[in-house]
Amino acid sequence: MSTLPRAGDLGLIGCHVCGLVCRDINASDAACPRCGSALHKRKSASYSRTWALLIAAFIFYIPANVLPIMRTVSVGDVDDNTILSGVIELWVKGSPDLAIIVFTASIVVPVLKFFALSLLLISSQRRSLWAQRQRSKLFRLVEFIGYWSMLDVFVVALLTALVQFGFFSEVEPLPGVIYFGLTVVITMLASMTFDPRLIWDGRDFDD
Amino acid sequence: MTDDNKLIADDLPEPVVHRPRINASLVWLVPIIAALVGLSLVVHAWIEAGPTISISFLSAEGLDPGKTPVKYKNVIIGRVTAVRLSEDRSRIIAKVALEKSAQGFATADTRFWVVRPRIGLGGVSGIDTLLSGAFIGADVGQSNEPKSEFTGLENPPSVTHGAPGKTFDLHSDDLGSLDIGSPIYYRRIQVGRVSSYRLDKDGKGVTLQIFIDAPNDQFVTTSSRFWNASGVDVSLGADGLKVNTQSLATVLAGGVAFQDPPGPHDATPAQEDAPFRLFNDRATAMAPPDGEPRYIRMRFNQSLRGLAVDAPVEFLGVPFGRVVSINLDFDEKTQTFPTIVGAVVYPARLGKAHDKLVALAKARGDDEQMSQMMGRLVEHGLRAQARTGNLLTGQLYIAMDFLPKAPPVPFDGAAKPLEIPTAPGDFDKIQQQIADIVGKLQKVPFDSIGKNLNDSLAELHNTLKQVNGSVLPEVKATLKGAQQTLGTANSAFAPDSPLQQNLGGSLQELQRAARSLRVLTDYLGDHPDALLRGRRADDKPLQTPPPPAAPTQGSKP
Repeated sequence: MSTLPRAGDLGLIGCHVCGLVCRDINASDAACPRCGSALHKRKSASYSRTWALLIAAFIFYIPANVLPIMRTVSVGDVDDNTILSGVIELWVKGSPDLAIIVFTASIVVPVLKFFALSLLLISSQRRSLWAQRQRSKLFRLVEFIGYWSMLDVFVVALLTALVQFGFFSEVEPLPGVIYFGLTVVITMLASMTFDPRLIWDGRDFDD
Repeated sequence: MTDDNKLIADDLPEPVVHRPRINASLVWLVPIIAALVGLSLVVHAWIEAGPTISISFLSAEGLDPGKTPVKYKNVIIGRVTAVRLSEDRSRIIAKVALEKSAQGFATADTRFWVVRPRIGLGGVSGIDTLLSGAFIGADVGQSNEPKSEFTGLENPPSVTHGAPGKTFDLHSDDLGSLDIGSPIYYRRIQVGRVSSYRLDKDGKGVTLQIFIDAPNDQFVTTSSRFWNASGVDVSLGADGLKVNTQSLATVLAGGVAFQDPPGPHDATPAQEDAPFRLFNDRATAMAPPDGEPRYIRMRFNQSLRGLAVDAPVEFLGVPFGRVVSINLDFDEKTQTFPTIVGAVVYPARLGKAHDKLVALAKARGDDEQMSQMMGRLVEHGLRAQARTGNLLTGQLYIAMDFLPKAPPVPFDGAAKPLEIPTAPGDFDKIQQQIADIVGKLQKVPFDSIGKNLNDSLAELHNTLKQVNGSVLPEVKATLKGAQQTLGTANSAFAPDSPLQQNLGGSLQELQRAARSLRVLTDYLGDHPDALLRGRRADDKPLQTPPPPAAPTQGSKP
C-alpha cells in the first residue's frame, strides 16, 4: 500500500513547461501564472482524444495499404505498387535487406503503434496494475519510433523528385501515400495526446 | 505531514483562468472524417467497378495479372485481375474486371484477342506492345445479351465490327497463298482484306470472305473481276519483256486484286455478300466469258512429241481452247499408230465471228453442234495442225487454219465428238524439204571434185618451185646493178666532187675574162687611139675593186 502522496493529493499542480508548482484550483482552463501555458493534472480528455485519433489513423491505414502508393514507369512498363507489393517485389528481386527495412518502417511500426496505444489505453482505462513499468517503457518506445514510419513517404517524395527521365524511367506518387502519411501523422498525434501518467493512475503504486 | 502539505499549498501561486477550452468531444470529428473518406473510397470503387468477365485463350503469354489492360480503340476499358488454367488444362482463363463505362462489352458478340507484336510478310503490328507488354484487344458487337464467359481469338480479327464497308464472297479452286488478312487491291491501292475462308461444303472449292472498306466498296460492281495477284507475271511479247506484279508484299504474301473489265459493262455496285469468282491471273479474269465448252477430236498420223495436255488450241491465231487428252491409237490397215488428241474449245472466244456463224447456222436450220457449218469449213480447207510453238523447247500447239491446198477429206458431221481433219504440221514439211535438199546434195560428186582440186594444187606447187629456183636469183642481180648505178650518180653530184670543183673554177675564169673585156672596151671607148698607138703609160685604167666574195680558193688552172 502506497503512502507516498502525489501532487494531486496535495492539491498541487505543476506546469509542464516552466516547472512552476501551483495550487490546484480544479478549474479546467487553468494556466500557469508564470509562463502562461495550460495547466492540468492530466492531459484533458486524453482517453477520448487518443481513442479518436487512433481510430482515425486506423481508418486511414486501410486505404494506405490497399491503394497503390507509387507508380514506377520504366521504358513503357507501368508498374503500380502498394506498400506490401513493393515489399514483395523488393524481396523477390533480390534486395531482402531493403525489403525488411521497408516492411519494418511501413507495416511493423504502424501496426505496433496501433496495438501499443490500444493496449495502453485499455489497460489505463481499466486502471490495471499490470506491468505498469513495462507499459511506460512501451509508451516511450511508441513515441520514439513514431517518426520512422515516415520513411515510406520520404522515399516516395525523394524518388518522385529525383527519378524524372521521361520515357525511360519515372516515378510518381499515387493516392495511397497520402493516406499513409495521414496515418503516420495521426498516430503521432495520438501518442502525444496520451498522458503516460494515466498508466500510474490505477492505484497508488507501491514502490 | 498533511499539514505540511497544506502549508506548502497555501504559499503556492494560483493558476490564472484564461479562456474556455475547446470541447474535447470535437476530436471525434477526426475519426468521423477519416471514416467518411474511407467510405467515399469504398463507394467510389463500388460505383466504378464494372462487370467481371472471363476470357479463355490458348496461352497466357504476355498476360500479367493486375497489369495487362483490355483496350478498345486504345482506351483502357478493363484489366486482367487473375489468370488460371481451365479445368481440363487445355486453355487458360483470364479474369477481367471491366470498368463501369465498359459494361456494354460484356455482351454476346464481343470479341477479345491478345495483341502481341506480330511480324509477318504482310506487315508488322503491335510494335508498341514490345515495350509496354501485351494487352487484350476488344471489339464490341451490337448484341445486348449479357455474357460473361468468352473465348478469345488467337489472331486479331481482320474486320472490326461496325467498320463501314461491304463483305463479298469469292469462289476459287484453291486458297493459293492467300490467308486471313491478305490485302485486296483496287488499282494497286489496298482497299480491303480477306476476312475468312472455308472449304465449300462439297470440298470442291474454297470460299473466301473479303471485306472492302468504305468508300471503296462502291468500286465493286456486279461485273467486277477478281484475280489472285500473288506472284510475278512475266510475259514476253512482241513489245518486249513485261514483268507485272502488285506490291512486293503481295508477291511474297499473296493478295487479291479486282477491277472492272474493259469496255462497256454493268457498273451498278454489287450487293453485300455478292458472290464472285476468283481467277488465277489478271488475263483470265479480264477475258470475256468463255461460254459453253465443246469437245473436239483430232487424229494425227505423226509423232506428237512436245504436245502436252493443256497445250493451247488456236483458231486463226485466236486462243480457242486447250488440249485435254492425248491417246495413241492403232490402225490395223496401215499398221500405223495415229495419235488421237482431244481438246476442249470455247467457240464463244471467237467473239463476233462466233455470233455470226451461229446466226447463219440457225438461219439454215443447222443443229446445235453446227456440224453442217463445220463440214463447209472443212471443205474450204479447215485443218488442224500440230505446230511448234517454241523452237527451243519444241513444244507443240494445235493450230486450226485454212489450208486451201489441203487434199479433200471426208467429214462426218454426225460424229460425237466432232472430229476435225488434220494436216501435217509446218515443221514436218520443213523436215521433208530439208531431207530433199540433203538428198540432192548427196548426188554432187564430191570425190572427183576433190581429186581434181588436189592435182591442180600439185601443179601449182611445181610452178612455184621453178619460180623460186631460177627467176629469183636474176632478179637479185639486176637489183644489185641498179643499186651501183645509183651510187655512182650519187657520188658525181656530191658537193666536193671534182666535177663540181672544175665547174666552179671554169665559171671564175669566165668571170675574170668578162671583166678584162669590159676594161678593154672602156679604155678603148676613152682612147680609141690606143688601138693604133698603144697604151699610154700614165694613163692607168680605172682599177675596179675585186669582186666581193670572190672564191678564195680560186682555182688557178
